[in-house]
Amino acid sequence: MIIESSLQAEATIDREVVNAGDYYLKVVKKGQTVRILDLEGNQAADTLFYNANNVSERYSATDTIREQGNVYLTAGSVLMSNECKPMLKIVADTCGRHDTVGGACATESNTVRYALEKKCMHACRDSWLLAIAENEALGLSKKDITHNINFFMNVPVTSDGKLSFADGISGAGKYVELEALMDVVVLISNCPQLNNPCNAYNPTPIEILIWN
Amino acid sequence: MILYKDTLPSGKHWSMKMRRGTSLRLIDKTGNANVGMLFYNPENLLERYNAPDTLKCQHTFKLTKGHCLYSDMGRIFCAITDDSFGWHDTVCGNTNASMSEKKWGPRDYQNHRNSWKQNGNDAFLVEATKYGLNKQDLAANLNLFSKVEPNDDGALTYSVSQSKAGDFIDLRFEMDTIVLFHTCPHPLNDSAQYPEFEVEYQIFSSATVTDDDLCKNSCAENQRGYENNRLYHLGL
Ligand SMILES: [Zn+2]
Repeated sequence: MIIESSLQAEATIDREVVNAGDYYLKVVKKGQTVRILDLEGNQAADTLFYNANNVSERYSATDTIREQGNVYLTAGSVLMSNECKPMLKIVADTCGRHDTVGGACATESNTVRYALEKKCMHACRDSWLLAIAENEALGLSKKDITHNINFFMNVPVTSDGKLSFADGISGAGKYVELEALMDVVVLISNCPQLNNPCNAYNPTPIEILIWN
Repeated sequence: MILYKDTLPSGKHWSMKMRRGTSLRLIDKTGNANVGMLFYNPENLLERYNAPDTLKCQHTFKLTKGHCLYSDMGRIFCAITDDSFGWHDTVCGNTNASMSEKKWGPRDYQNHRNSWKQNGNDAFLVEATKYGLNKQDLAANLNLFSKVEPNDDGALTYSVSQSKAGDFIDLRFEMDTIVLFHTCPHPLNDSAQYPEFEVEYQIFSSATVTDDDLCKNSCAENQRGYENNRLYHLGL
């Protein structure tokens, strides 16, 4: 569902461009709004959320999918935690559909999906592992690097039970905006994948904006 | 030859280590069963079942015969070598205590003893904690014998055609694997009463994996997955 935001970029309290292959890690407070902006189009933003006051509570794809009865995320979707509590709500979306079934790329899964020789290509999980290693005070470890959201990614499922990675439906300037329903740690890998159409084979920057 | 077998009614949980070279057959004895399941590598508990990797590398939303169940490290815990049902869910998660209470009333041990209404989340927590794992280690689990269908808009429906008495699935383990499982109801099962069913599980020695094996050759991705397992058993 396409819903445009009324928030003005000039009124942000924080904005940061995240280059392709880099990570973003910041706390967004309850009541604040965070926008993820696809600057050049067709870029996957692999995203995890944690309760900033107790990181053992985190975004849960299964709880979110089950509670909304749908595999896609869009405006109106409420992102649920592993405690089955609402964490964030998607309040605006100019893309229309986001994936939470396909997970993130990792060097190991790349060997299965593409070729054993691709094992040392940069991957989302490496960005996340570096992020949590560089921010030890958060108390996150590999067990917390789990089933994520792929904003701007198109992973259609069909009624006969198939799943594919299709060309992106995002474009330059498209965005998704979320209102935090609790204090959350936002951890994003701006996907470096070069082997599939999720980034149009060309990873590009995204921008993250926060409003009070 | 069956090396071990046992039967669990609904609402129970257990765990075990499945050795490489053995297979696990689960049989729905009554119909309408659900078996929640998670896998961990006993040599490194941080390696665990990964539903997204499993689905995307085999371009499938449903799981059935010919599919492999992958870890987050690009390896195959086990292969689905046979399946009479045809569609197993891995995106809907578990019932939890409040959900179960809302659907079927309170979980009351005092009055119901071991027929109390156990939920999948608590069941997994108990088994996970036996291995030093905690709630942060739980991941999207399998819901064997439960079919959840998407429509073209991605909306999910708990299928009217669930498993029948006698339906079974065979999992052939390709590396040593800690298996956590429960027989709590599927979270989208809205039956008026707490579902009553029975599941038999059998352990037997696997047949040798031949070069023309169905699961190994069902896609190029699985051939590479099997190669990753070969390398793992070399020590890589
Ligand atoms: Zn990625």
